[in-house]
Order: sequence, then C-alpha cells, then structure tokens
Amino acid sequence: MLEVKNLHVSVGGRKILDGLNLTVKDGEVAAIMGPNGTGKSTLSYVIAGREDYEVEEGEVLLDGVNILEMDATERANAGVFLAFQYPLEIPGVATMTFLKAALNAQARARGQGELQTPDFMKKVREAAGKLGVGQDMLKRPLNVGFSGGEKKRMEILQMALLQPKIGILDETDSGLDIDALRIVADGVNALRAKDRSFLVITHYQRLLDYIKPDTVHVMAKGKIARTGGPELALELEKSGYAAFTGEAA
Amino acid sequence: MNKPVLQRQRTEAEVALIERFDQGDRRLVGASALRADAMRRFAEAGLPNRRVEAWHYTDLRGVMRSAALVRAPETATLPVARECLTKPVAQTGAFRFVIFNGAYNEELSSSGPLPAGVTVTSLAAALAAGDADVLGALKADGPGTGDAIVALNTALMQDGIVIRVMPGAKVERPLAILNLMSGGFAQAAFLRSILLVGAGASVSLDETTAVCMPDATQANEALTVVVGDGARVDYAAQVAEQGEGAVAVHGLFVTMGANARFNGFCLVPVAGLVRRQIFARLEGEHSTISLGGLSLLRGKEHADTTLVVDHAVPNCVSREFFRHILDHESTGVFQGKVVVRQHAQKTDGGMKSQALVLGEDASMNNKPELEIFADDVVCGHGATVGQLDANQIFYLQARGLSRGEAESLLLEAFANEALELVADESIRARYAAQAADWLAHRSGQ
Ligand SMILES: Nc1ncnc2c1ncn2[C@@H]1O[C@H](COP(=O)(O)OP(=O)(O)O)[C@@H](O)[C@H]1O
Ligand SMILES: [Mg+2]
Repeated sequence: MLEVKNLHVSVGGRKILDGLNLTVKDGEVAAIMGPNGTGKSTLSYVIAGREDYEVEEGEVLLDGVNILEMDATERANAGVFLAFQYPLEIPGVATMTFLKAALNAQARARGQGELQTPDFMKKVREAAGKLGVGQDMLKRPLNVGFSGGEKKRMEILQMALLQPKIGILDETDSGLDIDALRIVADGVNALRAKDRSFLVITHYQRLLDYIKPDTVHVMAKGKIARTGGPELALELEKSGYAAFTGEAA
Repeated sequence: MNKPVLQRQRTEAEVALIERFDQGDRRLVGASALRADAMRRFAEAGLPNRRVEAWHYTDLRGVMRSAALVRAPETATLPVARECLTKPVAQTGAFRFVIFNGAYNEELSSSGPLPAGVTVTSLAAALAAGDADVLGALKADGPGTGDAIVALNTALMQDGIVIRVMPGAKVERPLAILNLMSGGFAQAAFLRSILLVGAGASVSLDETTAVCMPDATQANEALTVVVGDGARVDYAAQVAEQGEGAVAVHGLFVTMGANARFNGFCLVPVAGLVRRQIFARLEGEHSTISLGGLSLLRGKEHADTTLVVDHAVPNCVSREFFRHILDHESTGVFQGKVVVRQHAQKTDGGMKSQALVLGEDASMNNKPELEIFADDVVCGHGATVGQLDANQIFYLQARGLSRGEAESLLLEAFANEALELVADESIRARYAAQAADWLAHRSGQ
C-alpha cells in the first residue's frame, strides 16, 4: 500500500506540492488527472527519489515504511517503478546491457543469484514480444533514436521485467497512437495483481478506457482536489478542469 | 670566441642528455649527420616548457628534473621480459616485434614466416645498411621538425622496428610492436620505428609501450608512417604500463599519398605523464585521415595529445575525435591544429574533444585551432567539458542500479564510443577490457 501524507514539496523556492494526501491500496489502480503544470510529474519524481526536489513536510509510506529516507536505488529495490513521462536516452548503453544490469541489481537486492544469460534472454524476448518491442530495438542504445511510442513501450517492458509493488505511469499515453495505446494498456492490465498497485497519471480520459481505474483523483494546485470512481474521469472529459483550477473554461 | 650567449642556464637533465650524445652510445651506426643536426637543435631549444606554445600545458622541463639512464640491452633479463609478455596488455596477435631495453630482441619476437609482402628489420640494421628509404623517412618529420623532443628522439634513438609492406600486399592480421623496458629503476629509452606502406597495400599496426617493473621511467618514442597511394593503414597505440613519476613522450609522423586512408587511435590508461604528439600531412588528393583517442586518468596523472594535421592538397578529409575521463586531480590536454593550405580546396575537416571531469580537482585543457587559407572548405571543431548527467543517473537508479553502477555504465558507454574508432576487433576488445578494468578499479575504491 502506498500512502502519501501531507506532502509539501518545492523546487527552487517555488511550492509545487501543497499538502498532498493520497492512498493507493494493494491491487488498486488509481488514476490521477489534472491540468498541465499542476505537479503530477513532481509527485511521481518525489516518490521515485529524484534529488532536486525539496521535501518540506510529509511522508511517503510504502507498506508502512517511509521511503523518503531512501535513495532512488533503494526505492526501486523496495518495489517502486516509475514509467517516465520523458524516458532518457542513454547513448552507448545497449538496451540489453541495461536490462541485464537492472534485473541483476534487483536480484542482488532480493538476495537472489544473478540470472543466467539464456534465461535472461528468454525472459526479455517473451516480454518484448507481447509489447511489440522488436529485436532491433533491444540491440540499439537505450532509447536513442526511439520514437515517442517506442520509448513508452520500452518503459512498460522494463516494468514487466521488474515486477514492482507499485507502478507509476506518468503520461504513458502521450505520444501513443491508438494501436500502441492498446498494446501498452494490455501490457499494464496483464500486470494487474492482488499485491501490485498502479498510479496512472494522465491528462486525458482516453487511456482510462483501456486501463480501467478503481479510483480517480483530480489534482489541482499541488493537491488532490477531488476523489471519485471511474465516472469522475468521464465527467472531467465533459467539463474540463476549470472547476478545480478556479479559472474560466 | 663568437659563441652565442646562452639565454639561460641549462637544467641538470638537459646537460645530461647533451653529454650522453657527446659521449656516444655507439651501437647505432649511420645517419650521423642527421643525428648531430638533431642534437644541435635540441641543445639550442632545451627541454620544452610552458613558454613553447605547443607545450603550454605540459612543462616537460619542470617535470624532468633529471635524465634517466638508458640501460645496455646486454643487461636485459629475459625472464622479466617473458613474464611481462604474459600480461593481458601484451596479448597482441601472432606477428609481434619486441624492443627490449632499447634494442630489437629477436628471441622475444615472433618467429616463423611473416605475412606475404611484409619485411621487418631493426632500425639499427637498416641504418647500418644505409637504407635510403629509412633515411628519407627519418628526415620527413614534417611539422615535427621544429619540436625539441622530436629532435632529441632523432639524436638519441637507440633502435626501432622497420616494417615494409610491399605495394598491393593485403596484410590480414595486425602486426605488433612492443616497446618494453625492464624497469625496476628510473630507466630511459629512445626508440624510433618506421612503417613504410606501398601503394595499394593495407596493414594494421598494434603498438604497445610497457615497463615490466613500473618505475619513474622516461620513454621517448616515435613512429614514422609513410602511407602510399591507395594504401590503408590502421594504427592503434597505447602506453599500457609505467610507474608513478614516469614520463612517456610519443611522436607519430604520418605522410599520406593520394586515395589513401589512415586510421589512428591511442589509449592512455596509465600512471605518470604521457604526451602524444601527432604530425600528419596529407600530400595526395582524396585521402582520409582519422585520429582518435581515449585517456583514462586518475590520481595526479597527466595526458596530453597535441596534433597537427596539414592539408597540403585539395579534396581530403580529416577527423579527430578524442575523449578524456578525468578523476581525482588528473589533467587532460587536447591541442589540435588543422592547417588548410591555400590551394587545399574542398577540404573536409572535423575535430572533436570531449571530456568528463569527475574529480573536483581534475582539469581539462582544450585548444582546438583551425588555420584555413583556402576559401572553399568545410571545417569545424567542438570541445566539451562536462560531468555525468544527473538525469541519466537518476533514470538508471530508478531501475535499481546503485549510483556507482549507474556511473560505471555511463562511463563505460562514453569510453566505448571512443573505442569504436579502433578498426581491428581484437585490439578493440583488448582496449575495452582495459577500460573496464579501469572503471572497476574506480567503483571499487
Ligand atoms: N526541476 C524543476 N525546476 C523548476 N521548476 C520545476 C521543476 N520541475 C517542475 N517544475 C515546475 O513545477 C510545476 C509542476 O510541474 P510538473 O510536476 O511537471 O507538472 P505536470 O506533470 O502536472 O504537468 C511546473 O510549473 C513546472 O514548471
Ligand atoms: Mg508531467
């Protein structure tokens, strides 16, 4: 279970998150919707452990443990996975080399032995096949020259391989055409499990047609402004965010 | 008494070097006028210091407090050399020629027939025989002629390897030169090798310099390469092992005919001070030269690459690509000068120097220069000095890699992109393994 309690975060002296509270139960898919610039990515980065944010107050608990004390590596090993809104290009690092390093790091953190190369290859090939990630992509340097859609599929592939406790998807739908959206959503849905939860951040309702959320939160001005069921997403689609931002539509 | 007045006092090292020439190590015969002239030039200039523009960042006069002694090859302890040759850095291909303590050593070199179209002799033998091609090559230092360290090399050279590749010969596997010193004390060596490649031939040369018992050695080595019309030469060099306080200076002189290709690379993962200077001249049209390098530095290590590429004719291409990783208090230097003569139209030149500065007290000095006298050319240069990208590190950490692992992966990628310039696969793999060792040492500390 992920609990965000009274989280206050600023960047360069500017307040971004302003007393945010959020709970995502085991097995739950929670959606966060909200206008651009409201702090959705900031929230996801702070949970994943990016360092250039100033956490002024509050806690982020994963199964009761405050992960704010941990560095990004420890959080990943504790089961946090962030699918980046803008996945980074890493020139010179072959995608396969990177995937192996990630899986081995996780195995070590769990006190398991490293994967044998044939097992690793098989595992990656299977997962990649389901997401339509071709062999040629796996041979290329990580994310370098990938299209927007390819990058997002690569994020989901990593999530499928790392099997996190909580998967945070930051605007995974942006840059995807309708076919890619379906493939990605199927990939996420296949990972849904009793002991795994998801925080799906999106700007549009469209993704939620494919990944059906249990709860929908509206974020505005650095906090959760309203919480409801899937119907809330449909309502937002009609009325927009104006009611939450206090600006005219 | 009309002697010129000395501008300054000679240093102890300079005096010792000049005396060495006068007292004469008479094993090498021939080229005596050339050598005497070179010594006269060295005596005039002295050891390079900061006031010499090309040596601005590497004050050799300050560093070389005394001149190390050369060791008579007869005292060579072969078991030391044999053990040295089992090290990973010495695992070159089948055709290897070893210079040990300043002299070609046949026993340590590979026996058996050479590839078709290749002949090999020692420099000593070639000069004793008055080999005109070799004498000609020694005079062709080009823009390097004015350099005091090149002059010192010519004056004091003890021996070297002369490799001739006949016109049209295609040599499949790399030939290797190993410059070894037994070390164990502050020892010096002055070596000059020559590679003459006939028209239409192709060859790959793999040169390694190592000190068996690393110490504060002083190596002054040079290689002259003459690339014939339509020939292709791949060259990879590295200073693989030397001790703290050691100084290695390596000169490379390349002259190229028409439609030729030269692809050179140097790896520097080593203690002490390394200065590589490259003087290349494109003398025939439609030729391409590519020069690259990777320096991995820690502690107080210092690596300087200074090069001049002279486009003397139209329609040639030159590329320089050098990378440095600088940890601790190390210093990197890249000085690149591309000269495009007035009639060298349609020259295509591109020069890049990229450095990652990891240590707070490490520094990188870049000085790229273009001297263009022709009007229809495409030439550019770029130099970047930076740190590892914090966003990339965060991304990798978010996938479970430790900070150290993330850094290593990024550094390895940075190094490997430079190593891609090494044409020969087996040499590239050997260099990559050394780079990986260097990184493992870094993350292990
Ligand atoms: N590293 C940063 N430095 C300065 N401002 C930032 C930084 N990250 C985010 N911000 C600002 O914080 C606000 C929230 O950004 P973000 O979390 O990306 O919003 P969202 O994902 O909801 O669009 C924006 O105004 C953005 O400009
Ligand atoms: Mg965002």
